[in-house]
Amino acid sequence: MNLASLLVGAVQLALVVLGGPLLLGLMRVVRSRLEGRVGPPVSQPWRDIAKLARKQRTRPSESSWIFAVAPLVLVATAATVAVLAPLVTLAPPLASSTDFIAVIFVLLVGSVALALAALDTATAFGGMGASRALTIGALVEPALLVAVLALSMPLHSTNLIAIVANGSRHASTLLGPSHLLALCSFIVVILAESGRLPVDNPSTHLELTMIYEALILEYSGPDLAAVTLGESMRLAIWLGLFVNLVAPVGIAATAHPLALVVGLVALTLKVVVVGIVVAIFEVTTAKLRLFRLPELLAGGFILAVLGVVTGAVMR
Amino acid sequence: MRSETRAIRTSELVDEARGLFAAQFRLALVAGQDDERGLRVVYTFLAPREQPVELHVALNPATRRSVSLAALSFPASRFERELFDLYGIEPEGHPQRRPLIRHAHWPEGYHPMAAGAGPAPTLHPDEGGFPFIAVEGPGVYEIPVGPVHAGLIEPGHFRFSVVGETILKMKARLWFTHKGIERLVEGKTVEDVMAIAERVSGDSAVAHGLAYARAIEDALELVVAPGVEARRAVALELERLYNHVGDLGALANDVGFGLANARALTLRERLLRLNERVSGHRLLRGVVTPGDARLLDLPTPRELDEIGARVDEITSMTLAQSIVLDRFTGTGVLSLDAARDLGVVGVVGRASGVDLDARGDHPVDGVTLAPMVLRSSGDVLARYMVRRDEVTSSLAILRSFTSSGGGHLAVMSGSGVGLGIVEGWRGPVIHRVELVDGRVARLKIVDPSFLNWPAVAIALVDTIVPDFPLVNKSFNLSYAGNDL
Repeated sequence: MNLASLLVGAVQLALVVLGGPLLLGLMRVVRSRLEGRVGPPVSQPWRDIAKLARKQRTRPSESSWIFAVAPLVLVATAATVAVLAPLVTLAPPLASSTDFIAVIFVLLVGSVALALAALDTATAFGGMGASRALTIGALVEPALLVAVLALSMPLHSTNLIAIVANGSRHASTLLGPSHLLALCSFIVVILAESGRLPVDNPSTHLELTMIYEALILEYSGPDLAAVTLGESMRLAIWLGLFVNLVAPVGIAATAHPLALVVGLVALTLKVVVVGIVVAIFEVTTAKLRLFRLPELLAGGFILAVLGVVTGAVMR
Repeated sequence: MRSETRAIRTSELVDEARGLFAAQFRLALVAGQDDERGLRVVYTFLAPREQPVELHVALNPATRRSVSLAALSFPASRFERELFDLYGIEPEGHPQRRPLIRHAHWPEGYHPMAAGAGPAPTLHPDEGGFPFIAVEGPGVYEIPVGPVHAGLIEPGHFRFSVVGETILKMKARLWFTHKGIERLVEGKTVEDVMAIAERVSGDSAVAHGLAYARAIEDALELVVAPGVEARRAVALELERLYNHVGDLGALANDVGFGLANARALTLRERLLRLNERVSGHRLLRGVVTPGDARLLDLPTPRELDEIGARVDEITSMTLAQSIVLDRFTGTGVLSLDAARDLGVVGVVGRASGVDLDARGDHPVDGVTLAPMVLRSSGDVLARYMVRRDEVTSSLAILRSFTSSGGGHLAVMSGSGVGLGIVEGWRGPVIHRVELVDGRVARLKIVDPSFLNWPAVAIALVDTIVPDFPLVNKSFNLSYAGNDL
């Protein structure tokens, strides 16, 4: 790990931290406009975070250190992945040891921390949200792991950098059926992991229907600011990873400043496009019945399995 | 319409009621009264296209005992609990005479409508609490929700006993909005009470206002001029329109289909502006007065066509979405048997196949009748479809009217007893008024929400928790109209 790669990591982190809330704001604006509303400005999530950071913090009297630490864990895990993942460049710090499965599990630590914090509040909503979130998590993770397996088969490696670099060097692999099937599965995973429609409605006020929002009902002030920031960073990371697996166009192969600038612009553009597409999709769909979700997620799992099978057959 | 009045003794009540129920009457209203003329209870029975029947029972003010009709009618059991809370009348033979309106904040033995109850007392902390039946078993847990909710809705506390996500039992604790309206109106002039009647439930200004006005006309044996009922029908259908359109959007929104809701809200705003042009008030207050109705303008046929086209667009967009259809279908089923047993009325009743619609059942002259919209499946989809089709029939009714105008407020004086029945957008709104020398001696109001609230809990059995908001919205009952 040299100075250049550290610098690259800092650039990626800054992009994810600054861009995450803006991405969320952009998706809200797109949704509003398509519904015929003006909507809040793109910068609204940042304004919310700034406002919340200044406000008083209240915590449930029965809660323990877990509740206090969880927002930090969420932000820290997202920040770790933001530094290490191949978002802007193929040369982030610790590139040779950035394992795809490790990245997923680091992000998972953040999810589990929030679910534990929700249980820690000892409220019915916290427990209900945690139960729902972990149920979905338990259905999503297998799909995700099998999708990773399909993506890693050509290289016999689960190194995330190597997988993205391979796609960048040999564009033909991007169109392989195994790769495409795995990415389809990845889409389902992203919608579920980031709590978007049709899995969860991020803009609902109905407590009883909430999944991910129910987890954070008790958070306020700076804690809620951290949770909002962490969630939006995770959304940016998921979409960033996705676009680089689909089309690693423009990703910086080295830590050269010019390449970094190109990588930065390319990533931003790609994520913006995908973010808009997701927002458009959200407008045209509705929320699935909770008990139908396993069907959707099982579909994602099957796609990933098919990816592995076709990958094995076609070799 | 004049009611047939029968003064009976307590001992005859059960037999009289049984006879009326056998003749397909339903118990629509029970009003207590406690004044210098003694303690008495009035039971009003209604049946489609029949003269209303009133049973008057005088009670001994010392013992304050009556006989319960709970074994014959579920609504009766609730009216009797209300009577006990407000008047301290003990219904003998009632299986579960728990408090209904009364919260534990009220002082012990305080019955606000009893003679000599005095001014409102200071309220105590809720020490008695409100014990819920605990459902026991492995994995059963409780979810308390409210009374303060996210979003702009009225207060109600819901206690769910849940295993996994399946609702085993839901108990609602309402009655956070007791305003003492029935006491407030006593001794006021007919005109003053008119303004209060319009404000019983904000979304039903016409329905409650008109029910009151009709009750006054009935009491004073006034015959309204030709055209008055037509103008009232315009206001009533406009009220139905803006509320149903709002509900059509809100139901889509509750399953995450925000696009339809955004369209519906836009249309609802257009309807509110139309209301303002037609009546001078966005919520149509001030249209109806006893003896008359005043309209400044009428919706043009082109406007009505365009509203119809917009509603078609919204509903077909919603129903074309397979996820929405899946969420609506088979959710929160209220069977016809359950609906009849509970005495459910209005939109909710018609979605379960209860063929009651006061517009046809108690018709007034000069108003075109639309065919009753009836569904049988009793699920959220049925309640959605009833609203959709009633919008169409409301538009048809509105097209048939061509004249506006009216608007003098005659000074009302005289004495009498009258009943007013109006099919508001939720269901039948009933006012029963007793006038003494031009002043209101007693006004009893029954909002359809009072009869329909128990059905929410029944429809929820075996529904999953995340579907509750959808089911509740499909009922869309009033808290304010329920708790006077």
